[in-house]
Amino acid sequence: MLTILFDGIAYGMLLFILACGLSITLGLMNFVNLAHGAFAMAGGYVTVVLMNRYGIPFYLCLPAAFIATAVIGAALEVTLYRRLYRASHLDQVLFSIGLVFMAIAAADYFMGGQQQLINLPPELRGRLDVFGIGIGRSRLFIIVICAILAVALQLALTRTRFGSQLRAAVDDGRVARGLGINVSTIFVLTFALGSGLAGLGGALGADMLGLDPNFPLKFLIYFMIVVTVGGTSSITGPFIAALLLGIADVAGKYYLPQAGAFIIYAVMILVLILRPNGLFTREGGR
Amino acid sequence: MTDHQAHALRLLTAKHRWRVWEIALWLAAIAAIFLLPSQLLILTEIVILALFAVSLDLILGYAGIVSLGHTAFFGLGAYAAGILARDYVAEPVTGLVFAGLVSGLFGLATSFLVLRGSDLTRLMTTFGVAMLLAELGNQAAWLTGGADGLSGISMTPILGLFEFDLWGRNGYIYCLVVLIVLTFVARHITNSPFGLSLMAIKRNPRRAAMLGISPKRRIVTVYAVSAAYAGMAGALLAQTTNFVSPDVLAFHRSADVLLVLVIGGAGYLYGGIFGAIIFTMLRDWLSVATPQYWMFWIGLILVAIVMIGRERLTGWPALLAARLKSRTGEAAR
Amino acid sequence: MMALETRNLVKRFGGFTATHDVSLSIRQGARHALIGPNGAGKTTLINLFTGVFAPTSGQIFLDGEDITALPAHARVARGLSRTFQINQLFADFTPLDSMMLAIGERKGHGRRFWQPLAADREVAEEAVTTLERFRLADVMSEETRLLPYGKQRLLEIALAIAARPKVLLLDEPAAGVPEEEREEVLGIVRALPEDVTVVLIEHDMDLVFSFADRISVLAAGALFAEGSVEEISRDPQVKAIYLGEDA
Ligand SMILES: Nc1ncnc2c1ncn2[C@@H]1O[C@H](COP(=O)(O)OP(=O)(O)OP(=O)(O)O)[C@@H](O)[C@H]1O
Ligand SMILES: [Mg+2]
Repeated sequence: MLTILFDGIAYGMLLFILACGLSITLGLMNFVNLAHGAFAMAGGYVTVVLMNRYGIPFYLCLPAAFIATAVIGAALEVTLYRRLYRASHLDQVLFSIGLVFMAIAAADYFMGGQQQLINLPPELRGRLDVFGIGIGRSRLFIIVICAILAVALQLALTRTRFGSQLRAAVDDGRVARGLGINVSTIFVLTFALGSGLAGLGGALGADMLGLDPNFPLKFLIYFMIVVTVGGTSSITGPFIAALLLGIADVAGKYYLPQAGAFIIYAVMILVLILRPNGLFTREGGR
Repeated sequence: MTDHQAHALRLLTAKHRWRVWEIALWLAAIAAIFLLPSQLLILTEIVILALFAVSLDLILGYAGIVSLGHTAFFGLGAYAAGILARDYVAEPVTGLVFAGLVSGLFGLATSFLVLRGSDLTRLMTTFGVAMLLAELGNQAAWLTGGADGLSGISMTPILGLFEFDLWGRNGYIYCLVVLIVLTFVARHITNSPFGLSLMAIKRNPRRAAMLGISPKRRIVTVYAVSAAYAGMAGALLAQTTNFVSPDVLAFHRSADVLLVLVIGGAGYLYGGIFGAIIFTMLRDWLSVATPQYWMFWIGLILVAIVMIGRERLTGWPALLAARLKSRTGEAAR
Repeated sequence: MMALETRNLVKRFGGFTATHDVSLSIRQGARHALIGPNGAGKTTLINLFTGVFAPTSGQIFLDGEDITALPAHARVARGLSRTFQINQLFADFTPLDSMMLAIGERKGHGRRFWQPLAADREVAEEAVTTLERFRLADVMSEETRLLPYGKQRLLEIALAIAARPKVLLLDEPAAGVPEEEREEVLGIVRALPEDVTVVLIEHDMDLVFSFADRISVLAAGALFAEGSVEEISRDPQVKAIYLGEDA
């Protein structure tokens, strides 16, 4: 029981790291980026390749996955995404679905359609026994890393110059530009950060979530749930939503393997009906 | 009657007059029965996809609703027709009507989801509904065959008269008749005061409200009609292939139909038909290799279309229409 | 009975109060002008009347009926109509289409899904008559977005009037209209039927004084003064607001 809770928390934390980039592009830049999962997948594959082909240790692969996907994200932002910030949502959807399809096909071509396995270092394998509760070491590792990241992210967005510039740029690009803020640089950096975090999440979760070319579509619904249920006005909302989703999903799969997925989709739809702007948004903002 | 009134009536009548290219298109489709007897299976596929895309056009092109899960209705219709044929009545037209009703009612029941909120909420709810159905189809294996798909369908002759033949000739004719009839109906609907009000809601909801238009009823209605159309397209697929794969509810179908409509251009009904022809030919041409490559190309096409600009790429039908319109307009004067 | 009335109307956007406790009564058949400097909250008030925004608090009455909670289209059905300060038109519709829509909706034909537009003679005839009245008949087959601004402005007003409102709200109808087309627009406004209650927002004082029989002055969201043309034109404080602005 507590093990399930623990696994659920680890899963939820992971979902948060995976989805928070989406929550930023969607909430702050108003871009419907359905290709977000492709960045996570890229991070996963970077780790697999580095570890299995070049024997680079897992701990070094994580930052490598972050950097690689952040660079890819930045490159795509500059070349393609940037031009679509003002496009209609339909255009954004078509474009990002296109990217997902290309990513899936490319992953299949280069890596094959099979599940990828990674060998975690020995200290992350197996379970710890804490007061009779079985705790997976890799889960614990995920929780610790994600918790640090979540706190860092929250601080970065609320306490730093970068965070306030980002908010200014989003609130009113023209005013921000007038204040001497380089809006397009801010957007690239933000986009790169979001992609990088997704990539890192993909790398961290390769073991827990599995990794195959269909990853971006398989988890799209989870990202969407995190973002819609959590709302996009802060990152605390998505954080809570991700935790709840993680716990509910793990518990659902364990106790109600038949109905698990339904309940989650149904809850998402219900939330969208009752609170179209998310469960954890304050009303009347602006 | 004043000159202006006569002119206005001519303009309004010109709107629903059949255009030369429309008639040519349908004649070509009929001629294909005799001219392309070896291609009838793929033509059937095109016709089904075209109907599915026309159904999406009703909500996207006319009412401006972006759906990421339109295949929910297509898949539901396919399963409804498949189950009806397997277990109860195997006559195709009955199945078609039944599938249309089931999907239409489901559209009606879920339409309130697209009434509220922004594009984004609509995207997610439509997507969520499709995922929910896909999951349901997968779990209810006793009814749907689960992951193996629904088989064991054998259709009786259409209206008890025309048997599905091996070459797909009667199947093609059947699907084509359904497409022609339903396009005709859609054409009628879109040229009515109701259709005009939909276009108005899409273009400027604020002004539409200030003309006293209550958008809800209109959107609910067109959403249900569109769902029924998609359901009938799904039924045609189940009936002509005697099989329903769980793939009918897969996300890529919702994406494909969006692409089809975008290729052909949304908002004039025929975009779905032209799009289906181009899409299917492209796919056949490109997927000589493997299905995986095909996915890459679809993706590339989507990205390219958006980057180049949909208006610019798919402006051709509109341009054509505008030219024809100005010509008929001049003639009317 | 008052045609349009508000009680303690308040509208806040976040922390900003755009409408501050406005209680206003507009008599049946009045020519009522609403004036005030830029940003005074005139358009916001119209948006509240017509249901574009819900008020933060307070009530709105149309012909004595509380319409505060009604959606925009239901208010239109009860006889409230408006023009927008910035044209809200259907860019690729022709004036004929727009007018068919406006009149068809008023007659409740908008739910007819099986009747071709051309078959609706009754609506078509009225559409043409209205277009003629607004001097739009010659351009009825052009796309709206291609029309000169003055013509677009006329269409904006024509659409509002096609609803046959009891109360018509005009938000700066002549704004942005080139000088040579201006008289055409104003002529239409002056020629509105007498039993229609007209609320006019306008910055041009000569126009206001010649048109209105009663004037309300808004400043910073609040009702600052109200009275007849004479009273307002003589009021030194009103002058101060306006001259302070102009000078
Ligand atoms: N949707 C909104 N959100 C936030 N603030 C708004 C909104 N609409 C109006 N305001 C603010 O309310 C105030 C009043 O605006 P309003 O448009 O009513 O002024 P106005 O009197 O019509 O001015 P003008 O003569 O320039 O048209 C302005 O400060 C404006 O910025
Ligand atoms: Mg104003």
